[in-house]
Amino acid sequence: MTGRAALIAIIVVAAAASLPLVLSSYQVGLATEVLIFGILAMSIDILAGFAGRTSLGHGAIFGVSTYVVVYATAQAGLPPAAAFAAGVLAATLVAMIFGLLAVRTSGSYFLLLTLALGMIVWGICLRWTQITGGENGIRGDVRPAALLNNNSFYWTVLAGTAIVTFAVWRFVRSPFGLTLRGIRDSESRMRSLGYNVPLHLFIGFTASGFFAGIAGALYAMFNNFVSPSTVALAQSVEGVLMMVAGGVGTLFGAFVGAAAIIALENVVSTYTERWQMVLGVTFIVIMIFAPEGIIGKLNAILMRKTR
Amino acid sequence: MSEPILTLVDVAVAFDALRAVDGVSLTVPRGQRRAIIGPNGAGKTTLFNAIAGAVPPTSGKILFDAREITRLPPHRRAQLGISRTFQITNLFPTLSVRDNMVLALRGLSPRKFSLFGKPDTDEAEAPRIAAALDAARIGGRADAIVKEMSYGEQRQLEIAIALVTRPTMLLLDEPAAGLSPAERSMVAEIIRSLDRDITVVLIEHDMDLALGLVDYVTCMFEGRVLVEEPPEAIRRNAKVQEVYLGKPRHA
Repeated sequence: MTGRAALIAIIVVAAAASLPLVLSSYQVGLATEVLIFGILAMSIDILAGFAGRTSLGHGAIFGVSTYVVVYATAQAGLPPAAAFAAGVLAATLVAMIFGLLAVRTSGSYFLLLTLALGMIVWGICLRWTQITGGENGIRGDVRPAALLNNNSFYWTVLAGTAIVTFAVWRFVRSPFGLTLRGIRDSESRMRSLGYNVPLHLFIGFTASGFFAGIAGALYAMFNNFVSPSTVALAQSVEGVLMMVAGGVGTLFGAFVGAAAIIALENVVSTYTERWQMVLGVTFIVIMIFAPEGIIGKLNAILMRKTR
Repeated sequence: MSEPILTLVDVAVAFDALRAVDGVSLTVPRGQRRAIIGPNGAGKTTLFNAIAGAVPPTSGKILFDAREITRLPPHRRAQLGISRTFQITNLFPTLSVRDNMVLALRGLSPRKFSLFGKPDTDEAEAPRIAAALDAARIGGRADAIVKEMSYGEQRQLEIAIALVTRPTMLLLDEPAAGLSPAERSMVAEIIRSLDRDITVVLIEHDMDLALGLVDYVTCMFEGRVLVEEPPEAIRRNAKVQEVYLGKPRHA
């Protein structure tokens, strides 16, 4: 990492860490949500922005982790750390299954296949009532006692987010990350150069699912509750929209997109019940005037100024 | 004649009823430069794809370096030392020239699986990339983004990518397609100055260009081998002139 990038990262994290000093307890909760969904959106960006494959199944992978963490604490009585690990592991395994089936496809087939796989997970969570509680979901005191205070939980999530973001950043810039970008640009050329393209996509999908699983486990601790809506298609779509709003392939844009959408949802919903319509209009505006996303647009403007 | 590096035994490729390649047998000795020529629809590109692994043969056998490779997928053939270029430029357009070369180089090294490693080239990779770029005459363009380069430069990068893996056999699919005369002679010069150890098999539509580059020529017509001769003989061969130009109507 260059000195300048490290400096920016430190400033951003420090600014985020000082937020609880100026925000209300409710707003700190929203900020926590932004971080958690930012990780989810970033995990989708690994595939969409770098491997050129948009997944509509990541909400399900995220939600499986949430389910496992809540179940493991509330029903199986596992300590928080063990429940957290179990959730991330379960999400990674689900991602491996998704990956095995999806890596030979691209474009709309990939989109539809991941969507269908996500729907299967949703169906299981809805119907397997002995375990998942069906439509009622499961409630449990997942969050460890030391983190019950909103601010201390926020700081913990922020520290976790910083570590995860650094890991994802290293991942997409690594020699392996370059192979994903190569696959995005030309699969046939990659094959002729000696790459086993499906294997690379499988590893990329699994890693992406692992990060989505971390977000899902954090969400379990944030919410202390899980229901089928956590694994529903709407969750996957929201993750994709956050990533698109921030900017596909920008990685950090995921947090900007998550902040924009969560803020919009909360601000607009205090004025009108039709906040989803406002969200829809906002999307259309972004797609028309800044299809490269918020961060993408800012980058382009900065580039033009420096030239 | 030295030992054969590539042997095709009665290779056929059929697409439903169309037998695009209809029983081709040929042998390329190690280190030879071989052109496969023929008019449109002769089956050159299909035969080429069968050798590179993009289209599996319907019947027949392909041997490379005394190993049967008939059914091997392209990435396994690449691991054995077969490298190819594409007729329609097939690069990584949003990446830099250097990243294109890095991907080409690491296809055969375990470093491609380094999940959290540093992105930079190491001291073994950098000189090989520089050498391949120099061989393709684009040594100064390492930092350019591919989609911002001229078409001619992209064709040169196409060759550089195929060279950087130090292949045993280089397959060139119409390396000069779509280039201006000046660019064509540049590409010809690049191919001519390649290391003589590399076996080169090239397809070229332009007979003059092809004949000036190779030791031996296979002329195909309607999916079969019409003649195999050295370039000087091909130039005078009446059958070759006939398939290229049609039968003379009057003497």
